[in-house]
Amino acid sequence: MVAPSVEPRGRDGTRGVHVELVSRTFAGRRGLVPALAGVSLHAAPGEIITVVGPSGSGKTTLLELICGLQTPDDGTVRSEPAALMPQRDLLLPWLGALDNAALALRARGLDRTRARAAAAPWLQRFGLAGFEDARPTALSGGMRQRVSFLRSLLAGKPVLALDEPFAALDAITRAEMQAWLAATLAAEPRTVVLVTHDVEEAVLLGDRVIVLSPRPGRVTSEIAIELRRPRRRTAPELIELRERVYAALGMSA
Amino acid sequence: MRRVLAPWRPVVLLAVLIGIWEAYVDTGGADPLILPSPHAVASSLFDDRALLWSNFVVTAGEVLLGILVAAVAALAVAVAMHFFITLRRALYPLLIASQTIPVPLLAPVLVLWLGFGLLPKLIVVALVSFFSIVITTLAGLAAIDPDLIKLMRTFDASRWRTFRHVELPAALPGVFTGTKIAVIVAVIGAVFAEQSGASSGLGYLFEQSIPQLLTARAYASVVMLSLFAIALFAVLTLAERLTLPWAHQPPGDRPSS
Repeated sequence: MVAPSVEPRGRDGTRGVHVELVSRTFAGRRGLVPALAGVSLHAAPGEIITVVGPSGSGKTTLLELICGLQTPDDGTVRSEPAALMPQRDLLLPWLGALDNAALALRARGLDRTRARAAAAPWLQRFGLAGFEDARPTALSGGMRQRVSFLRSLLAGKPVLALDEPFAALDAITRAEMQAWLAATLAAEPRTVVLVTHDVEEAVLLGDRVIVLSPRPGRVTSEIAIELRRPRRRTAPELIELRERVYAALGMSA
Repeated sequence: MRRVLAPWRPVVLLAVLIGIWEAYVDTGGADPLILPSPHAVASSLFDDRALLWSNFVVTAGEVLLGILVAAVAALAVAVAMHFFITLRRALYPLLIASQTIPVPLLAPVLVLWLGFGLLPKLIVVALVSFFSIVITTLAGLAAIDPDLIKLMRTFDASRWRTFRHVELPAALPGVFTGTKIAVIVAVIGAVFAEQSGASSGLGYLFEQSIPQLLTARAYASVVMLSLFAIALFAVLTLAERLTLPWAHQPPGDRPSS
């Protein structure tokens, strides 16, 4: 299988992701709305960091800053090239699963035949064999998220910015997809920044959990998750760490 | 699909209405020279078929060509307005305002200017069709999720490739919707243009038939115009379902995980 070619490093020689005292404020209807206030976080190459925080803590803004879709008002963001996986799958309704997965390749200028040929073995590996030409309306929620993840993976960026990838799924499918993502990243390591409001997801998937405060987002704590993989969500150590994250969020579990 | 192909209820209602009309004229409710009975219209459709057909071909050509010109121009203008916000802000109010220009008065001015040939008809048909296609195409482009554009940016897609892979396909259903709406006004536009000065066409034939008291033939040309618009609408609906099946696909059975 042809691995997606990964760009070696950022233009300025940066490795991993470095967010340094970043602030970002938006002009809202009732004046200025601060989204992030002095956030610092780092992800070493190959590290999976998960960012948890309540709604409105600037999680999506953080990812867009890392992807270069926004610039900070204050502070610096240095990162290797990052591909976004949006919260909703945003698959194109006129394309089948294979063409949707190959979109990043088409965006780089590959012709349809070559893009499809490069994406096809991945679709199979992601358990979507037989659904190559199925349009999004014919796919289940879990399948759509897998196609969406594959699309971002095939962008060939060293960093993946995942925005609440499983928030729209039902609880059972979500649990399946979390296990699937953990296995996929074990086989296909990337530097990952995953934002979520699901504490269990953060602890299950992350090497490190970063806790953000309510708006404006600020890092309140960082919790290293030094558990061997694959992890069981019912392991006592994991449940203990989950409670520490809840406590850091100011909630008693 | 079934609802389109099995319109038996409106057919029954139409038959009843035609029956009432026939009875009204046959029982002396109106002078047949002023209001021809449906069966007189039907026999004119048959007896004058060669004349009606040769004039129909002219009008159909004007309408089809005019709509085609309008659809291509509207897609181009909508895309330009989508890309250039300044153009959009400048042009959008003018487009809306242009709809207040009465076509029946525009047609003779154009005929005076451009003569009795095909060109003024084409312009009138294209002008009246253009508006609805631009508006629906713009709506299709505006409905694209901004996050999708951001996604394409993180994939390093150029502006052109984002347009080609995301925006253009998303705009196409709007082109079809606008064109279907345009069909109705396009036929009306063609008739007005022909009445302002022409030597053939169903609008011209209608205009000629009234003073000669050939009212059945006048009504027969109206029937043909109406059937033409309906057929065009149906063909466009079918073409849309064949070329853009995803735009109307109901959520089907989905696998469970």
